[in-house]
Order: sequence, then structure tokens, then C-alpha cells
Amino acid sequence: MLTYLLAFILFAVGLYSVINKRNLIKIIMGVIIMEHAVNAFLILVGYRMSGEAPIVEEGVSISEFLSTAVDPLPQALVITSIVISLGVVALMVGLAIRLYQHYGTFDITEIRKLRG
Amino acid sequence: MLPLFVAIPLGVGFLLPLIEEFRDRTRLFSLFVLLETGGLLALSLIKFGDKGIYRMGGWAPPFGINFVQDGLSSLILVVISGIAFVTTLFAITYMKEYENLGKFYGLFSLMLAGMYGVALTGDIFNMYVYLEVAAISSYALVGFNRGAEEIEASFKYLIMGAVGSVFILLGIALLYGSVGSLNIADISVKVSELPDDSFIVLSTALFIVGFGLKAAFIPFHSWLPDAHSSAPTPISAMLSGVLIKVLGIYALARLLFNGLNLPGIAPSILTWIGAGSMFIGGMLALGQKDLKRLLAYSSISQMGYITLAVGMGGILIGQGKPGIATLALMGGIFHLVNHATYKSLLFLFSGSVEKIFGSRDLSEIGGLNSVSPVSGAVGTIGTLSISGVPPFNGFWSKLVIVIAAIWGKLYPLAGIILFTSAITLAYYLKVQRQLFMGKSTGNVSESVKTSAGLYIPLLILAICCIGLGLLYLPEIRGIVLKPAALALQEGSEYTKLVLGL
Repeated sequence: MLTYLLAFILFAVGLYSVINKRNLIKIIMGVIIMEHAVNAFLILVGYRMSGEAPIVEEGVSISEFLSTAVDPLPQALVITSIVISLGVVALMVGLAIRLYQHYGTFDITEIRKLRG
Repeated sequence: MLPLFVAIPLGVGFLLPLIEEFRDRTRLFSLFVLLETGGLLALSLIKFGDKGIYRMGGWAPPFGINFVQDGLSSLILVVISGIAFVTTLFAITYMKEYENLGKFYGLFSLMLAGMYGVALTGDIFNMYVYLEVAAISSYALVGFNRGAEEIEASFKYLIMGAVGSVFILLGIALLYGSVGSLNIADISVKVSELPDDSFIVLSTALFIVGFGLKAAFIPFHSWLPDAHSSAPTPISAMLSGVLIKVLGIYALARLLFNGLNLPGIAPSILTWIGAGSMFIGGMLALGQKDLKRLLAYSSISQMGYITLAVGMGGILIGQGKPGIATLALMGGIFHLVNHATYKSLLFLFSGSVEKIFGSRDLSEIGGLNSVSPVSGAVGTIGTLSISGVPPFNGFWSKLVIVIAAIWGKLYPLAGIILFTSAITLAYYLKVQRQLFMGKSTGNVSESVKTSAGLYIPLLILAICCIGLGLLYLPEIRGIVLKPAALALQEGSEYTKLVLGL
């Protein structure tokens, strides 16, 4: 239970950083932390104490396999989600570089040409 | 046939930037993409009304990923393809002076692939992946001009969008942890076996926040006016016309109605979020000077109508009034189709206005009716439709929603809808007075005034604005809108279609 709670605390830390920080890089890091927290949570969903790798070997019955192996599906999901977050982070960093070229600062409060 | 909807744009999306590396043939690219979207439009019209399921790799649900076509996704496919086709037609002339058109059309096609995927898939994690494909390409497209403001808008949109995606993924993880399945139909079966699970409630809340960020419901709306007004005009039309609907309200409604069996107070939350977006979006639009920003705020307001109608449908199902619930859902879906046509019409119109006058500031430009009568007429049709003046389509869908609210005895909602209609009329009258009448100021570009490439797409959409009012007739409504509303309302039909029970 404690590990689930830790994943949620990590998520909250990331969210705090996105909402409260003024530096673009810290905001980007906040998003990265949130993504990692969710990935960790997904792994925990499929985790089983002292479970085995989900590979069916010869001579192991299906019921025995189901009672010992960890759930492989969340692991597949996490790989996909890591690839997606790679794309998002690359785009974010690229845009941050462009913003720095245009405004000469990483401070979000000084980047304000658009008003709403 | 269903995978073609994703496969064709995905292939084109990767092919065009690759060809551009070796050969720079702008004209051919745009014709190629026109062919692609035209083909997809034809395909979606041929397949309209079919019901079917495609199993990826032959794995039977709930284990494999599957594509599902029912009444609602048929309609959404036609809306996506139609708007994409008209937008491409407009882009051929509009985007002529831009560089890197291979990358532009490539990202455009990827966005299409993502939206088709969201509309068709029957698996929530797969939906998340397609949602990200569409969202990431739209972040890049918003910043396509690479000016300071565009990059700023794109970054804002990207941060909000990424946070929304993380919320959705956390919701998916919680849901998988409690029901152990990712297939929407299978989730529906398993959720009905454990109705009061607190994790399911939490994941519903996360879905509402996450998809709310994508759909720009009112507390999460701050990125939309920036992003939609900074993007190149064809992209603005795609974003406001289709993307926020497919990624936001369609995906959310699909999950809430077909997957989670409408948990507890979720429909009322959705209804009041819709009412708030409608009202506050309209109020914010009143004060805008930039034409595109005004249209973007009006998108928030109009999305509120759709959300309110869908939420109202949920409330009425909960109260055991299925007939009126169908009416409310039909109103919401009708308004979705209508808003897609007239908002993309108005955005494309704002692009042609910008080309004519060289500015979008309403205090600087004016006298469009005397400068370019065709453009003025088309713009008038668009503004009248969106403000709900009788012969045009916007009136009929608002009428259906109001009737459903009154019959369902939800009088405060009916009051808010009517009041917001008045606000909408007010700010479009302001546009009318300043842009269409008034005196012509500034430099008028003579070459653009007669450019057919910019007007033909506008005319097509204007005809749609008038013609779509016919959907109100009971015979046509029964064929087009009713299956779509019933697809949401009858969760068991969806389960039967997917799982074959």
C-alpha cells in the first residue's frame, strides 16, 4: 500500500511543479515526473510479491502459471507510454529552446505576448 | 475496411516528409492530400450506417485490440472526413507561400490518423495512444509558423495537453487495476458487477479532468484561444471544428456511457460543466477584438452546448426517461455536426479576411460587403447559423436541446441555453456591424478578392450550413442522428456488438 501512496505523492510533486514553477525547464521536469509516477503506478498494478516472469515454460500448468506470474500487460503498456512521453518531452524541449531564442528568458511570467 | 481509415493517413503522414527530403514538389503534395481526404470521405460515406467490428490480428475481444463501427462512430467518421476534405481544398491556395509543406501535410495526415483511431477503437489504452498521436501532431501544427507568439501558444497547449494525457493515463491505470480489462465493452460488463468501487469513481473523475483539458471545458480552457488563433488557418478550422470534439467530448461520452455505465453523479457534473463553459465562454467572447480569438472563445461556448446536451441525456437516462434522453443526445450530436460545419466555415472565412485586409483586428477592418460580396455573403451565413437564426442549421439543433430540457423538466438549463443564445447573437452582431458593414479601411489585396481557391471551400460549407437543417426532419433524423444517440444510450447493444454475447 505504501508504494502506491508513494507513486501518488510523486504525481502530486510533478503537478505542483507544473502549476507553481515559473521556469520553463522546471515545468517540463514537472511533466516528466508526472509521467514517471503514472508509469510506476502502472507497473505496481501488475506487480505481485515474489512473482515470476510471465513466461510459460514446459511442464507448468496454466493454473500454476496464473498463480505465480506477474501481470505482463501493464509492462507492455508502460513501454508504449514511455515512447509517447519521449516524443512529448522532445517536442517540449525543442519548443523551450525556440522560446529562449525569441524571448531570451526561461521565465514564464515574462513570456506573455498573448493575452486572453 | 475499417483499418484503412487509420492506415491510409498514417502511411501518407510518413511518406510526404520523406519525399520532401529528395524532391520539393509543393503542388503535388497538396493534390495528393486532397486525393487522400477525398478518398476517405467517399469511404466514410459508403460505410455510413454499417455496424461492424474488426479484430486486430484475429484476436477475439476482450483480449485483442478491436475497431468498432456503430451509429455514432459512423457519423463522427463522416464529420472528420468532410471537414478534412474542405480544409485541404482551402489549404491548397492558402498555404502556397509557406515552406516545408511536406511536413505540414504530413503532420496533418498524422492528426487525421489519430482522430480516426480515437473514433473507431474499442480499447481504452489504444484510445490513449491514438489520442496522443493526434494531440502531438496538433501541438506541432499550432507552432508551425515558428514566430514568437505561435511558439508560445504551442508551448502552453503542449503543457496543458500533456497534463491532460497524464490524468487520462492514470485513470486508465486505476480502471485496469480494479476491473482487470482494457476493452470498453468488457469493462462495461465488469463494472456492472462491482458498482460501488471507489477506484472506479476516482478514475471517472480523472477522465473528466483529462478529457476536459483536451476539450477545453471552462476551468481548463486557457490554452484554447491562444492555440486556435495562432495556428495556420486550415489547422484552426480542423482544431476547432473536429479535434476538440473527437478528443474531448466524443471520447469522454464513449467511456462514460459505453464503458463505465454512467456512474452516479458524473452526468450532472458534465451538464453543469457544459452550462458553465457555455455561459462563461460566451461572456469572454463578447470582449474580443481579434476575429480569430473571438471565434476561439465562441468554440468554448459552443462545446458547452454539446457537453450540456450529452450530460442531460445521462441525467434523463438515470431518471428513467429514455425517450427524452434520446432527444437530448440527438440534440447534442446534431449540434456537434453543425458546430463542425459553421465553425470551420468561420475560421476559413477569417483566413480569407486576413488575406484580403492583412489584419484580423475588428477595430481596423470593415466594409467587407462592399469589398468582396461573395466573402461577405458566406460570412453572413456562418454568423447567422452560429447565432441560431431560424432557417440555418444552428437554430434547429439548439431547438432540439431546449425542447429536451423543457420536456425533461430541467428548466434552469433551458433558461441558461436561451440566455447564452442571446449572448452569442450579441457578439456576432458586433462582428456583423464592424466587419460586414462599416467603412473599408486599410489596404485591400485585389488579387485575393477574386481567388476561387479560397471561396469554393467556403461556399461548400455555407451550402452545408443551410442543408444540414434538413436533419431536423423526423425521417432524416431517424436515419442519421437516432442510431448515433442510441449507440450511446443502449450500452448493452455496444457490448453485444463487440463481445458477441
